[in-house]
Amino acid sequence: MSKEKQKTDAKMVDIVIDDKKISVPFGTMLLDAARQNGFEIPTLCYHEDLSRAGGCRMCIVEIEGQRALTASCAYPITAPINVQTTSRRVREARKTTLELLLSEHCGDCYSCVRNGNCELQTLAKEHGITQLPYGHPTEKSRVTETLSPSIVRDMDKCVDCGRCVRTCKELQGIGVFEAVERGFKKEITTFQDKPMAEVGCINCGQCVNRCPTAALTERDSIEEIWAAINDPNKHVVIQTAPAPRAAIGEEFGLDPGQAMTWQLNTALRKCGFDKVFDTNFTADLTIIEEGTELIQRLYKNLVQKDASAPLPQFTSCCPGWVKFIEHVHPEMLDHLSSAKSPQQMFGAIIKTWYAQLNDIDPENIVSVSLMPCTAKKFECNRPELRDSGLKDVDYVLTTRECAKMIRESGLHLPSLPPSDFDDPFGTATGSGVIFGNTGGVMEAALRSVLEFVTGLKVEDIFANANILPVRGMEGCRFAEIKVPDEVGPVPELIAHLVPNWDWLKGQTVRVGIAHGTKNARKILDDVAAGGFFSTCHFIEVMACPGGCIGGGGQPIPTSPAIRQARTDAIYKEDMAYGAKSVRKSHENPAVARIYKEFLTEGPCSHKSHELLHTSYWPRGKFIGSW
Amino acid sequence: MPNSTAEKVRPVQKDRPGSKVNSLQDEIDRLTERFGTERKALIPILQEIKKRHHIISGYAMQCVADRLSISPAEVYGVVSFYSFLHEEYQGRIVIRLCRTISCDMAGKDAIARQIQNDLGIKFGETTPDGKFSLEWANCVGMCDQGPAIIVNEQVFTHVTPEKVQEIITACVKMYERTPDLFKKGNHNEHKK
Amino acid sequence: MNIRNEVTFASIRPKDGLTAALGKDRDVVVEEVLRSGLKGRGGAGFPTGVKWKLAAEAKAEEKYIICNADEGEPGTFKDRVILAEWADLVFEGMTIAGYAIGAKSGIIYLRGEYGYLRQALEDKLALRRTEGLLGDDVMGKKGFSFDIHIHMGCGAYVCGEESALIESLEGKRGESRNRPPFPVSEGLFGCPTVVNNVETLAWVAAIFALGPDWFKHVGTEKSSGYKLLSISGDVAHPGVYEFPMGTKISAILKAAGAERPKAAVVGGASGILVPAKDFKRAICFEDVSTGGSIIVLSEDRDFLDILENFQEFFADESCGQCTICRLGNVKLLEGIRLLKEGRCTTKHLQELCTLGSSMRAASKCGLGQASPNMFLSILQHFKGEVLGRPQADDHFVNKRKAS
Ligand SMILES: Cc1cc2nc3c(=O)[nH]c(=O)nc-3n(C[C@H](O)[C@H](O)[C@H](O)COP(=O)(O)O)c2cc1C
Ligand code: SF4
Ligand code: FES
Repeated sequence: MSKEKQKTDAKMVDIVIDDKKISVPFGTMLLDAARQNGFEIPTLCYHEDLSRAGGCRMCIVEIEGQRALTASCAYPITAPINVQTTSRRVREARKTTLELLLSEHCGDCYSCVRNGNCELQTLAKEHGITQLPYGHPTEKSRVTETLSPSIVRDMDKCVDCGRCVRTCKELQGIGVFEAVERGFKKEITTFQDKPMAEVGCINCGQCVNRCPTAALTERDSIEEIWAAINDPNKHVVIQTAPAPRAAIGEEFGLDPGQAMTWQLNTALRKCGFDKVFDTNFTADLTIIEEGTELIQRLYKNLVQKDASAPLPQFTSCCPGWVKFIEHVHPEMLDHLSSAKSPQQMFGAIIKTWYAQLNDIDPENIVSVSLMPCTAKKFECNRPELRDSGLKDVDYVLTTRECAKMIRESGLHLPSLPPSDFDDPFGTATGSGVIFGNTGGVMEAALRSVLEFVTGLKVEDIFANANILPVRGMEGCRFAEIKVPDEVGPVPELIAHLVPNWDWLKGQTVRVGIAHGTKNARKILDDVAAGGFFSTCHFIEVMACPGGCIGGGGQPIPTSPAIRQARTDAIYKEDMAYGAKSVRKSHENPAVARIYKEFLTEGPCSHKSHELLHTSYWPRGKFIGSW
Repeated sequence: MPNSTAEKVRPVQKDRPGSKVNSLQDEIDRLTERFGTERKALIPILQEIKKRHHIISGYAMQCVADRLSISPAEVYGVVSFYSFLHEEYQGRIVIRLCRTISCDMAGKDAIARQIQNDLGIKFGETTPDGKFSLEWANCVGMCDQGPAIIVNEQVFTHVTPEKVQEIITACVKMYERTPDLFKKGNHNEHKK
Repeated sequence: MNIRNEVTFASIRPKDGLTAALGKDRDVVVEEVLRSGLKGRGGAGFPTGVKWKLAAEAKAEEKYIICNADEGEPGTFKDRVILAEWADLVFEGMTIAGYAIGAKSGIIYLRGEYGYLRQALEDKLALRRTEGLLGDDVMGKKGFSFDIHIHMGCGAYVCGEESALIESLEGKRGESRNRPPFPVSEGLFGCPTVVNNVETLAWVAAIFALGPDWFKHVGTEKSSGYKLLSISGDVAHPGVYEFPMGTKISAILKAAGAERPKAAVVGGASGILVPAKDFKRAICFEDVSTGGSIIVLSEDRDFLDILENFQEFFADESCGQCTICRLGNVKLLEGIRLLKEGRCTTKHLQELCTLGSSMRAASKCGLGQASPNMFLSILQHFKGEVLGRPQADDHFVNKRKAS
């Protein structure tokens, strides 16, 4: 909004919608004004997170005195108007628009992943479409594109709303999709119509979350998983991440914000998984490894003046973000922490330590993970993530797919009894939980690093150990955390890495946080240019808006309010750990055990590097065969 | 639509985008010096590339996108939108026959058939020697003198089927006089 | 150049208009354009003075004047003639507009198909710069700088629509914008922008050369002045004609030597079809308004051929961002082909009419809104001629052929 408009914002304008008088702030969009006042206006290209395109023409209304109908989603109210939302012209035009869309839309509702959650289907029903005067194709005209490990694209179901275009450009700053050609040839596609896997797509799946139909969907792994479950020789384990647990209830009709962690354990066992683990275990492990790496980098840079591992250190647990930096700033890859993501750490440990402990042939283990994320499907296929000698994680299930499996089993998740995670990784901490939203990794890392350094309890520094400065929903955030003048002894776990903490006394730790790769790009460009964020020590980046709770595999729809509700659920779960057990990664007894029994040389040691750390590919931004 | 399989040919090292030894990249650098690196420079830059090379290859689009800090898909979206920009190779001489109403009523169909016969190609195609491309145009603003043809930037009006060969010969002559037009830009460079 | 009658522009001496305008205060200039009653010659007929006034009142660092030389409407070519013969008047009009609204730069958006006009225009602009008619302190007027640049279009009809034109100038796909905001408040690069047709701007120069009252007194009450018309089709003397607003179509057709006219397409593909019985109607904003194109159809013409040609045009030239225009034009085209093949049911024809009126109502820009015009007008006047056509395997026809 321009400055001028903001100034006049306070001004109210009186308008009439369907004979009802209402008063709205100057500049309010007509659609918003109508919806706030209880008028139903259908939309298709509109999405709360995106700019207003005004192209689908579903939201048209009649404004008195105007010859043509107006798209209410993109009409700012600046003068008193009299609006009709249900006139004959409006009704006919909306119906015609739908009939036209259906004349191009090839797909059978009952065999479609989006059956029951498709905006086109809903609109057709609401507008009483019973005849199709312009026909309805029964044969596919385009090959469904399945080359991406994460996303499937079926152009026969595309309604040209352009939401994916705006998502990728406006939220993610990438621009994989664009409208190409014009007139009847116009379509939404990629650069030269190449497969998504070839055009710098980071697989974040945000487009999938905002696609109104099934034109963009996740690559489904359900059949393979059922096959593994049905195979008596296979030991099928699943790890579940916190973000899907906070959101999966939505798939069963619950309001957003109700975590289903414990019910889910029961459901997954009923589906036939042999063991159910909590990804939080390796989230805690990630914190130890990544936090240790940070301490190492700080020591090298600040004390030893060795810039071989530069600051700021970037988090590496988000595979969308990792691929993004590989494409956009490959020269900055050495800023990325070498620690693997929790999913991949778990994968490596299941097929090594867990297999040893339980005397199972790793070949017979099928390791599945429940993630909020389509990029994780890409991640588990990265060739370098096979440190157990096998594919560390075999399949990734998104929240949506998982809900589908549960429904297929005839279960109603919310009414199942709760049950616990399986050992030996059962116990988790609140720090692991908050990995699920933006700022969480940072907060978890700070909780542990601060305790390592000061020897104090974080609770004594931040009330309830809630490090509020790093929380929030702004796209790019910055915080300063002061290390007290008193430091403690170096804990035994990392005693081999630094002699003492004197060099950190009274220092200020500067941290940055970004979510959504559009914001990540801002920070990257800034660091590259030696700007403000280059003075940070540690920067957390999540590719998806809101972090994992807004991931590309989460229930559809998404909106700022839904993401906020999921975030609240996550913080609630974090607090609940305070009552029950622990909220800091290094206090996790299972973590302590693994360093005692398996990774005996400690964090960032040779063995942990072998299993828990990884390397990256400088992909660059050019598309083609290089 | 281009086919959606990956480009199979791996380019030689020196043409790798990002390396400075590449002539097309240097050329685009000079164009950005002239037109700037803002978004508004996009169409003038593309028009220049089209004029010099008779093609805006995927490779060129990516280089331009890189310089203008936009995504290649956006450049492609623009190239495919406008009739005069083209991602495929077009001949040095582009013949555009107006197909809109007045020219249609004045007998464009006969002209169309004759041009196809004389050039041996259909609309939307380019002769194998790379000299001619044949395109339809929507109303070219010569409705009072139709049927009308635009050859590169020259108009021919009141065209009759028997004049077609004459026009083609005239074009060839004209461009033989300025052989530069045939030399500039090696289109193989872009055909990877 | 096929100019068929006396055209006012030919009698205007260069610099007269500009000198007169620069001698007045800015608001007086706007006031006089208002008083002249000049309305846009590009098709929409919006009062030029009002447009200028809004732009002049908008507060901004930068403002732009754009001359819309994208003339893409089928059957329109008068802008080409103006640019070839009287370009200086257009430049003067732009300069006056720049002075009136406080803009420093003018852009001519010249359609790619008119590339051959460019060099001559550039030469004339260069000459004007050396003569001090462009550049800093135009004609010695302290503090008024103005220059004009040419931007070439790339072959897209919809870029004649002003907001699509602006998008195109910004280096984007020519997709029209949501309005409000209108270009006069947020146009090119978000700055107040006046977009005017070539002819409109030339008339501005003429108005200042000859006085606003001269213009006001020609034409009808709501349509002042003269209009250049591009006449083509089945006429003996196609070309550009000048007529006062309010001239009857029959008089115009007579002047052009129409041959057994059955109907005239007024306003190009986006216009309407006027059947012979309505030739007494007049060309003006109150009656049949047009951007300047008249295509005469003789009795031998088949309406469905004409319609098919127009509909192919729209299906190709729609920018494609709104559903109803992108797909609606294709469905109309399919419907016309069904009619041609004699296989369209009356029910489907009714559905197509609903489609047409929905397109008219719900499309985002003028292209989609006008694209079903011709279809609907032909059905209104000549429904009987388009229904019940013989089918290819029609046994009635075959039997007749055989016997
Ligand atoms: C699809 C479409 C095409 C248009 N093409 C042109 C054009 O080629 N030339 C033109 O002057 N105006 C054209 N217009 C009208 C412009 O949008 C705009 O109204 C005009 O340039 C304003 O100038 P005027 O007020 O001087 O007429 C077109 C409008 C539409 C909807
Ligand atoms: S009406 Fe047609 S041309 Fe205009 S914006 Fe819509 S799709 Fe584009
Ligand atoms: S929702 Fe307003 S035009 Fe699509």
